[in-house]
Amino acid sequence: MSLLLPDAGLLFWMMLSFGIVFLVLYKYGFPVITSMLEERKKFIDDSLRNAAEANERLARIEEESETILKSARDEQIRLLREAAQTREQLLADAHRKAATEREKMIEEAKVAIRREKDEAIRDVQAQVAELSLSIAEKVIRKELSTDKSRQAYTMELVDEALAVKEDEQ
Amino acid sequence: MKNLLRLLLLSVLLFAPVQWCAAASHDGGNGEVDVKSVIFGHVKDSYEWHLTTVGDRHVAISLPVIIYSRRTGLEIFSSAVFHEQQEYKGFRIAAEGVNEGKIVEHDEFGNESRPILDLSITKNAFALMLNSLLLVVIVLLTARWYRRHDARKEVPGGFVGIMEMMIEMIIDDVIKPNIGATYRRYTPYLLTVFFFIFLSNLMGLIPFFPGGANVTGNIAVTLALAICTFIAVNFFGNKEYYKELFWPDVPTWLKIPVPLMPLIEVFGVFVKPFALTIRLFANIFVGHTALLAFVCIIFITMSVDRYIGTGMTVVSVVFTIFMNFLELLVAFIQAFVFTMLSSVFIGLSQPEHHKNTTDK
Repeated sequence: MSLLLPDAGLLFWMMLSFGIVFLVLYKYGFPVITSMLEERKKFIDDSLRNAAEANERLARIEEESETILKSARDEQIRLLREAAQTREQLLADAHRKAATEREKMIEEAKVAIRREKDEAIRDVQAQVAELSLSIAEKVIRKELSTDKSRQAYTMELVDEALAVKEDEQ
Repeated sequence: MKNLLRLLLLSVLLFAPVQWCAAASHDGGNGEVDVKSVIFGHVKDSYEWHLTTVGDRHVAISLPVIIYSRRTGLEIFSSAVFHEQQEYKGFRIAAEGVNEGKIVEHDEFGNESRPILDLSITKNAFALMLNSLLLVVIVLLTARWYRRHDARKEVPGGFVGIMEMMIEMIIDDVIKPNIGATYRRYTPYLLTVFFFIFLSNLMGLIPFFPGGANVTGNIAVTLALAICTFIAVNFFGNKEYYKELFWPDVPTWLKIPVPLMPLIEVFGVFVKPFALTIRLFANIFVGHTALLAFVCIIFITMSVDRYIGTGMTVVSVVFTIFMNFLELLVAFIQAFVFTMLSSVFIGLSQPEHHKNTTDK
């Protein structure tokens, strides 16, 4: 029966040693270990969460860069098209401008030509008049003797002058 | 096969001290083996730590006897005095009766009685102190690793790694789920209980000094542990716990006029540590007894017949190896179960948590 009867002395020593062990471990033993374990667990959890977040962010950045690239490409196409349009427009403008310039120059040339011609005609007329006058003078000097001959000669000269003038015109 | 043979040889050698002890001290001269005294001589407490017997000489560690008696007052002497004489200053170790193996004295009427207080450092008390010292050293060494290293950057290997694995397992699988939100307060206690029982169980399985003492198979030791859990449960229980104890949530006629349910509840408070005490004590006690019984088979059959004895020796050794492995398992399981039941009881003293979960 003594097996089932707790011995007071042993109970005392057990309480004492277990109490001391518990106090020592409570103060210097387990809290150090458990707090470190908890810290590490927290660290691992945080790291995992951070990694997941970083992954997500990376995916988002990739998506963003994709869209940026795409828009850049669109912009490039648009710019190229615009440049082409501008060039064509510029060319057309230049053509048009050149054409008007040319016409203007032709017009001016025509005007100048007409003026020159007029001047030339006037010059010719003046010379004809001078010539007629000199001829008339000669005729008058030479053909003063006979009226008939003078008259016929004058008529001949006038006809000639008129013919010249008609040719010129 | 080679390994198996080596194991067999090793186990025979391991049990050698127990066998010598049994053969030398309990042969009784007439060839009869007193199995009962062999087994009880081991599993029960004693005033000296018998190591072995060489020839006729007992090799034992004498332990201090501390006694307070009404007759002589405080007496401290070595237990070695009982080697030379039966009686010392009126004290002697009772050979039979209720107090068999304990120190008794004779009062003035000649009646045999125990002294008022017997605080002798017995074999179990001494083993207890050795185990406590070992436990403190082991845990402090483990804690030192964590003080010197950054646990966020390094993971311990070797022995500290094993300790960490067990500590994490006890916290995550036993303490947290059973206690709930307030588990942090009880972690050091429950870890101490687990490692104390586990270490004591393992030391008890080592068949020679400094192991071999039946520490956790002694009811005083398990009772002390159960008292500690009782304190943890009842001194730190919250209001809700005491309300459920004395005014449980049952129909009123179960509480008034006869406080049936409160009585049952209060009864349960004392049954819990009792269950803890008996469970651990019985399991370890039976393990030691079975191991010794298998060893004793050798001597019983040897005394009957030499050939049967030789055959039975092989069988017995095989069974002893098996029992040793089983006891290794039991050593862990019983420490685990004690810790688990303690945390369940502590968890029941924090009922607010459970109420919240059922409300959801």
